[in-house]
Amino acid sequence: MRATVKFISDMNRKQKKISVRLLVSTVLLIAFSFLKVENEYLRLALFALPYLVIGYDILIKAFKGIIHGQVFDENFLMAIATVGAFGIAFWDNSSYAEAVCVMLFYQLGELFQSLAVGRSRRNISELMDIRPDFANVEKDGETETVFPDEVEIGSIIVVASGEKIPLDGVIVDGESLIDTSSLTGESVPREVGAGDEVISGCINLSGVLRIKTTKPFGESTVSKILDLVENASSKKAKSEQFISKFARYYTPAVCLGALALALLPPIISTWAGNPAQWNIWIYRALTFLVISCPCALVISIPLSFFAGIGGASRQGILIKGANYLETLSKTKYVVFDKTGTLTKGVFRVNRIQCAGDINADELLAFAAFAESYSSHPISKSILAAYEKDIDKSRISDIQEISGHGVSAKIDGISVLAGNSKLMEKSGIAFEKCSEAGTIVYVAVGGKYQGYILISDEVKDGAKEAIGELKNSGVKKTVMLTGDVEEAAKAVAGELGVDEYRASLLPADKVESVEQLLTEKGKNEALAFIGDGINDAPVLSRADIGIAMGALGSDAAIEAADIVLMDDNIAKISKAIRISKKCLRIVYENIWFALGVKAICLILGALGIANMWLAIFADVGVMVIAVINAIRAMK
Amino acid sequence: MNKYSYVKMNRGKTMKKVYKIEVDCANCANKMELAANKVEGVKEAGVNFMALKMNVEFEEGADEKAVMKKVLKACRKVESDCEIYF
Repeated sequence: MRATVKFISDMNRKQKKISVRLLVSTVLLIAFSFLKVENEYLRLALFALPYLVIGYDILIKAFKGIIHGQVFDENFLMAIATVGAFGIAFWDNSSYAEAVCVMLFYQLGELFQSLAVGRSRRNISELMDIRPDFANVEKDGETETVFPDEVEIGSIIVVASGEKIPLDGVIVDGESLIDTSSLTGESVPREVGAGDEVISGCINLSGVLRIKTTKPFGESTVSKILDLVENASSKKAKSEQFISKFARYYTPAVCLGALALALLPPIISTWAGNPAQWNIWIYRALTFLVISCPCALVISIPLSFFAGIGGASRQGILIKGANYLETLSKTKYVVFDKTGTLTKGVFRVNRIQCAGDINADELLAFAAFAESYSSHPISKSILAAYEKDIDKSRISDIQEISGHGVSAKIDGISVLAGNSKLMEKSGIAFEKCSEAGTIVYVAVGGKYQGYILISDEVKDGAKEAIGELKNSGVKKTVMLTGDVEEAAKAVAGELGVDEYRASLLPADKVESVEQLLTEKGKNEALAFIGDGINDAPVLSRADIGIAMGALGSDAAIEAADIVLMDDNIAKISKAIRISKKCLRIVYENIWFALGVKAICLILGALGIANMWLAIFADVGVMVIAVINAIRAMK
Repeated sequence: MNKYSYVKMNRGKTMKKVYKIEVDCANCANKMELAANKVEGVKEAGVNFMALKMNVEFEEGADEKAVMKKVLKACRKVESDCEIYF
């Protein structure tokens, strides 16, 4: 009972109106069916009543359509089919119930479709209900409630427990648990305290937080995600394009078939000297018209993709368009960037090896000064190991050589810090080290002084995630890295990656991907997964670019086709599975709808299928296809 | 700013806009898309039935309001009870 009430209260005005019309029309139809009316005209008038109650808008639309030259419009088809059925029933002196029922079921189907679509629209927008409605800004000791887009950078906002964090910022005061599940799909709340960065869209679960905003609302995480999700399904998948093109030809073709069916057999029959039997052939032609609506296909395909994209975003996987979901399902090659993707990207200085006349502390100091302007994770780890403050006025002539390292002058002395390529390029004699990890060679005043060994840890669950990929149909996994051979080999071996390529410059990564692209088969796709730092060109070159943990990086969100909200690589195989399921449903629906329609068309032409079967082929198939499509969300 | 429409400038000089629409069936949405694409001043139009949105990329120098009026008129011709909010 409660479910029924909810069902009715969910309807909009239009849907309620049509439900009432359905009810009235059905009651009238049943009542009149029991009446024994002898007069043919009176009987026609009686049955016209429920027909008009349920079908008047279709008739009006059909009329308007003809004026505007829209001949193959489904309203027109339904109008012709039902009016024609009335005509034949009048001719044959048979029941009008069939004609009324065709219109009744058609409208019932439309209502169902509109409810189902509205339902999934609401479900998905509820999933993405992360838009904050207000922000409490602290000003002169008082808080004021304003719209999030009115808050300036650097303002202090107060977020009470149970409220959404409206803007990205840093916690100044307070400790709490925050629920990031609507952004990342991660259900375990995160503990945060003063100094931690927080992103908008998360829900503050326990304490009161005072946050200093670091971004305006338009650039905050929540705005970026909403923008991405709202525009997601505007990119159409190939199968979707195929169906809308197909629909354009299907309806006219079936109508021509109907016309031929109505005219040719009686004419040929008359010519051969047999009775024409116009009523039989026209009835069969009308049956054709009822089947000619492509609704089941046209609605179920975009609905499946919409549901698939919605279901994925609930898991923290943002897919930018139906076309990417389609390509993702064909993924056979997965290429990873190593750092930050397979490994934690948190580097630690493991060892400092001196090979010259300065000691370890001095070596580290020179390296730290040289690297102080770089944002590369390696540089950060050296700075972290150095611990002391850096007097930037002592540094000059800094040059970051991409894929090599840094050169700088410290107190006027030239310092080089980087990989072996940098040393070779600068003509410095050094001893090559073959330890696993990243090695930063340091030369001071043109003389080699030693190296710093930095290593990175493999992410928890990375090995299992790669195994999972194989289970979801991926043929080959490849790891690309700028690191040296030894470090790459160690990580690749530990994770069970099929192939690795080491010592790559950012440009070499694009080349590697391009070469792999030529290797793969025609119906196979290559996905590249990176953390969005320095790999935007590769992300856009691959068939599918997946950026992970990209909540902070604009470039990655822009360049990637799929964005994983956290950096859990197990999400990749999950995304592939979702896409496969969605595509399977799409093809099921295409074959099911086309198959049933084709069978009904043949049976209709042979006179085996009547209009009842035709309306099933139209409405029944649509209902089943819609229910199947919604499965893609689960 | 209108709640339902927002401007996005892309690399060239053309303007892209997103409009909220109302339409009942998926096939009608396809027909609206076809109709909108034929309107003068529209470079490319796409209708997303599930999100109830219409993306329009305008020709260079086209007047947005004037073009959208024509788009609505063209769409009404193929689907009499559709609505575009602009």
